[in-house]
Amino acid sequence: MNTNKKTREPLFHLIKRANVPAWQPWAIRIGALLLGFIIMGILCMISLETNPIDAWKYMFKGAFGIGTTAKTAKFKTLALLRDLSLLLLFALAVTPAFKMKFWNIGAEGQVLMAALFSMMCIQYFGGKVPNVPLIFICLAAAMIGGIIWAVIPALFKAKWNTNETLFTLMMNYVVIQLIIFMIKVWVPNGSQSLAPSAYANLPKIAGEDFWFTIIIALALTAFMFVYLRFSKHGYEISVVGESENTARYIGIKVKKVIIRTLIVSGIVCGIIGFLLVNGINHTVSEKDAGGRGFTAILVSWLAKFNPIFMILTAFLVVFLTKGTEGIMEENQITNEFFSQVLIGIMFLLIIACEFFINYKIVFRHRTAKPQPVLAVSESQAAGSVDDRSGEAAEAPVEGASTALQTDETADQAAKEE
Amino acid sequence: MEHEIAIQMKNITKTFGPVVANRGVNLDIRKGEILSVLGENGCGKTTLMNMIAGIYYPDEGQIFVNGEEVTIKSPKDAFRYKIGMIHQHFKLIDVFTAAQNIALGVKKGRYSLKKVAAEVRDMCDRYGFQIDPKKMIHEMSVSEKQTVEIIKVLYRGADILILDEPTAVLTPQEIRTLFKVLREMKKDGKSIVIITHKLNEVMEISDRVAVLRKGEHIATVDTKDTSEKELADMMVGKKVELNIDRKDPVDPKPRLFIEHLYVKNKEGRYAVEDVSFTINGGEILGIAGIAGNGQKELLEGIAGLQRVSKGDIIFHNPKKNKPVTFFHKKLRQIKRMAAEGFFHDPQGNKVDFKGKSNKEIIRLVNEEQVLFYEDEIIDLRHRTPRQIQELGIKLSFVPEDRLNMGLVGNMSIVDNMALRSYRKGRSIFVNKKRPKALADKIIRELEVVTPSDMTPVRRLSGGNVQKVLVGREISSSPKVLMAAYPVRGLDINSSYLIYNLLNQQKEKNVAVVFVGEDLDVLLALSDRLLVISGGKVAGIVDARKVTKEEVGMLMLSNAKADAHAVKTAAENAAEEDKQ
Repeated sequence: MNTNKKTREPLFHLIKRANVPAWQPWAIRIGALLLGFIIMGILCMISLETNPIDAWKYMFKGAFGIGTTAKTAKFKTLALLRDLSLLLLFALAVTPAFKMKFWNIGAEGQVLMAALFSMMCIQYFGGKVPNVPLIFICLAAAMIGGIIWAVIPALFKAKWNTNETLFTLMMNYVVIQLIIFMIKVWVPNGSQSLAPSAYANLPKIAGEDFWFTIIIALALTAFMFVYLRFSKHGYEISVVGESENTARYIGIKVKKVIIRTLIVSGIVCGIIGFLLVNGINHTVSEKDAGGRGFTAILVSWLAKFNPIFMILTAFLVVFLTKGTEGIMEENQITNEFFSQVLIGIMFLLIIACEFFINYKIVFRHRTAKPQPVLAVSESQAAGSVDDRSGEAAEAPVEGASTALQTDETADQAAKEE
Repeated sequence: MEHEIAIQMKNITKTFGPVVANRGVNLDIRKGEILSVLGENGCGKTTLMNMIAGIYYPDEGQIFVNGEEVTIKSPKDAFRYKIGMIHQHFKLIDVFTAAQNIALGVKKGRYSLKKVAAEVRDMCDRYGFQIDPKKMIHEMSVSEKQTVEIIKVLYRGADILILDEPTAVLTPQEIRTLFKVLREMKKDGKSIVIITHKLNEVMEISDRVAVLRKGEHIATVDTKDTSEKELADMMVGKKVELNIDRKDPVDPKPRLFIEHLYVKNKEGRYAVEDVSFTINGGEILGIAGIAGNGQKELLEGIAGLQRVSKGDIIFHNPKKNKPVTFFHKKLRQIKRMAAEGFFHDPQGNKVDFKGKSNKEIIRLVNEEQVLFYEDEIIDLRHRTPRQIQELGIKLSFVPEDRLNMGLVGNMSIVDNMALRSYRKGRSIFVNKKRPKALADKIIRELEVVTPSDMTPVRRLSGGNVQKVLVGREISSSPKVLMAAYPVRGLDINSSYLIYNLLNQQKEKNVAVVFVGEDLDVLLALSDRLLVISGGKVAGIVDARKVTKEEVGMLMLSNAKADAHAVKTAAENAAEEDKQ
C-alpha cells in the first residue's frame, strides 16, 4: 500500500505564496531578466555564431553607443531618451483607464487624431496667425482631437456597455485612413508624404528638438502618479476598477467616472500628438505612433499601473529594442525577425515570472513540515491549486476516462471551496 | 454493546500549502447510525469528508472500509466502496429530468429511463421521498433538487451517505421531511454523516457527534449524553455565551414607511411586489424568507441601489421644533425650504428670509434661531445612495456581498474606511487621516485580527471582514441600519458579536433591519418579524410570540416553489403536530 502511494504522489505541487518579504518579488524579476539575457546570449551564439559576451556588448553599443565615439554615444543615448519619453507618455495616457479596468487599446488612434488636428491648424492657419498663438491653438486642437477619440468609446461603454477593446481598436483604423485621406487632400500630386511645415514649431532646447518631450514626459509622470495615488478622482478610479458594485453602493456615478477618466486619457494623447507634430516631426503621417500605443499597454501593465515604475519598464522595452537592433547591426542583418524573437523571449520571461511571484513549486520529498496558519482564505486559494495539479499529475496512472473525471471533480471541489 | 464499523479513518492529515486542513484525525462511522460532524466554518469538516468521497487525497493516514484498508482516489472509487456524498452546491444538470440526472454516468446494463424511473419510484416508496422522475431540474425547488441528489447517490448503491450542510437552504418543514427520510434510511441499515454547524439540528437528528476544531478531531460523543452548550464549548474551544440579550424596545417611533413597493430583478420581473411595512426606530425588524424571495431587491431598493418601479419610501425625520443646521443642509436648500414655509423662529413666527443677506441667514442658522415647524418627511424613491447621503439621511447598509459591494477586497482597511467619507472637504486630495483613525478604532474595539490597518481586506477571514464592514457602517451613527445576512459564514463568536452590535444600535434608537436565514436567530433577535415569500409580504408577526413552524408556513405561502412542495410540507407539519 505504501509503495503504491509513493508512485501516486505527484512530482511537484504549486503552492500560493503567503506573506512574501518585499525583496522577493524583485529578486524573482531580476532573476527572470538575467535568465533572459543568458537565453539571448545562447541564441545569438547558436544562430549568429556570436560570442554571448559580444552579443551583450553589442546591445549596450546599440542602446547607448558604448564603445563608439563620444559623439555617437551622445547621439544614441539621446535617441534612447527620446524614445523612452515618448513610450512613457503613451503609457501614461492608457494608465488611468487601465486602472479603471477600461481596456483602451486605442491610444495609437487617439494620438494620431490629435496629431491630425494639430496639423490641420498648421495647414489652415499657418502664416495667417502668428507663430506663438498658433502653437497654443495647435495644442488646444490636439487635445480636443484626443478627447473626442477617447470619449466616443467611453460614451458607448457608459450608455450601452459596448466592448471598449474592440471599439478603440477599430477607431485606430478609422484615424489611419483619415490621415491618408487628408494627406491626399493636402498633397494632391501623389507623393504620399507631407513636407515638414515651417509654422508653429516648438523652440529647440540646447539645439535639440526632443528635450521638450523629455521634460513633459517627466512632468506628466509626476502628475499622473499624484493624480492616481492621492486625488479623489484617482480614488474613484480605483474603486470603479476594483468593483463597480461597490462604486454604486457608495454613490459614485460610474458612467461619469468612465467618461471623465477617458477625457484625462484624451488630454494626454492630445499632448503626445502635439509634441509629435509641433516638436519632433513637423508633419503628420499614419505611422507617427509607430505601434507605441500597443507597446504602452505592456509598459503600463508590467509596472502595475504605477507611473514611477513605468519609467523602469519603458526603459527596459526601449533598451531591448535598441539593444537587439545593435546586435543585428553588428551582424549586418537587415530584417527584424531575429530581434523580434529575442524581444519576445525577454517579454515572455518577464510576464511569466509574475506567476512565480504568486506561486511556488514544491517538489516531492522536499516538502517542509507544514505549519498551521489561521488565514482561511489563503488555505482555500492554495487548496484549489494544490489539488488540481495533484489530481492532474496522478491521472496518467488511472487511464483516460478516470483521469477526466478526477480532474473534473477536483475542479468542482475547487469551485466549491 | 459492540458496534459494527463501516468506515474507519486513522491519523488522517491533509495540508494545503502551509495550511493544515486536517491533522491526525481518527474517526469511525458506524453502520446504521447518523453521525454529525460539527465544527465552525473553515475547521476542515468538508475537507475531511471529501477525502472519503474521493475528491481530495489525504497526505497521510489510512482509510478502512469494513475493516479493509482502501485507497479512494476518485468519486468513482468511493462509489465502489458504497460511499456517496451530497454536496452543499448541487451538481445537477438543469435541463435534464430527475431520472436523466440520476442515470447520468452509471453503467448498469442498457440505458433505459423507464427502468430508472421505476427504480426511483421504488426508492421513494421505501424511504418516503416525493419526487416526479420526469420533472426537469430547473423547475424544481431547492428541497426537490436535494432529494434528486440523495436518490442519485442511493441509485449508485451507496450505503454510506455524506450530506454537506443539507439544511442550509431548507425551511423548517422541509428540514423535518428530510430528517424523516434520513431516519427511514437509518432503519434500513445505512450510515449517514451530516456535516453541519447548527447545534439544534445536531441534537435532533444524530446518534453521535464528532466535533472538529481547527482541523483536529476534538471528541466524538453520544448525542444523548451531551448538550448544545457543551458542544458549542467544544467547537469554539472556550466558553461561549449563547444568549442574545433582547431588550424590549423603548418608545419605538416610525422611521421609514415602505408603501406598495415594487422592484424588478435583473431579468425584469418583479422581485418585490406590493410590499408595505413600517420600520421603527429603536427596534429590530427581522426579515425571514427562503433565500432569493426578494430580500436582496427590497433592501437594495430602499438603499437606492435598485430602481424602484412603483411605490414610496418615506423617511421620517423627527425634527419638529429642532434647529436647522448647516451640517446636512446647504444654504441654497435652506433658503428654498424657508420660502416654502418649513421654518419658524423661537417665538413661533414664520421665517422666510425675505430681504435678508446670505450673511444674516448664516448667522441666524448658526445661532439656532431657525427651527423646523414639522417633522421632516422625505421620499427616498428614485434617489441614488449619494443623494440620500446628501439629504443628510444616515442610512447604513451592510450588503450580502461583502467583498464586492460593501468593501473593495483589494483595498486596505484604511482605504475601505474612506469609501464613505472620502468626498468630504473641498480638497482635491483624499484625506486619509480620519479613515485611518476610524480603521484603528474599529480594529481595536471590535478586535479585528489583522497584520495592520494597511492589509487588503480580502486577506482577512470572513468574520474579520464583516467586523470591518459593520464597524464602518455603524460608525456614522446611522438612523436606519439594514443588514443582509450579516452572519453568513461567520464563526459563533463573531456571529454573537454582530448580534450584540445590532442590539446596541437598537438601544441607540436606530431602526435596524436584519435579513437572516437562521430562524432561531431571527426569532431570538428581532422584535417584529416580516416574512417575505415570493416577493410579497406573507405576514408581519411579533417575534416574541410566533413559533418557528408558523413562520415556516408563512415563508412557503407564496413561495416560488410549486404547490406540491407546499402541500407535502404542510401535511408533514400537521402530522408532526398531531404527534
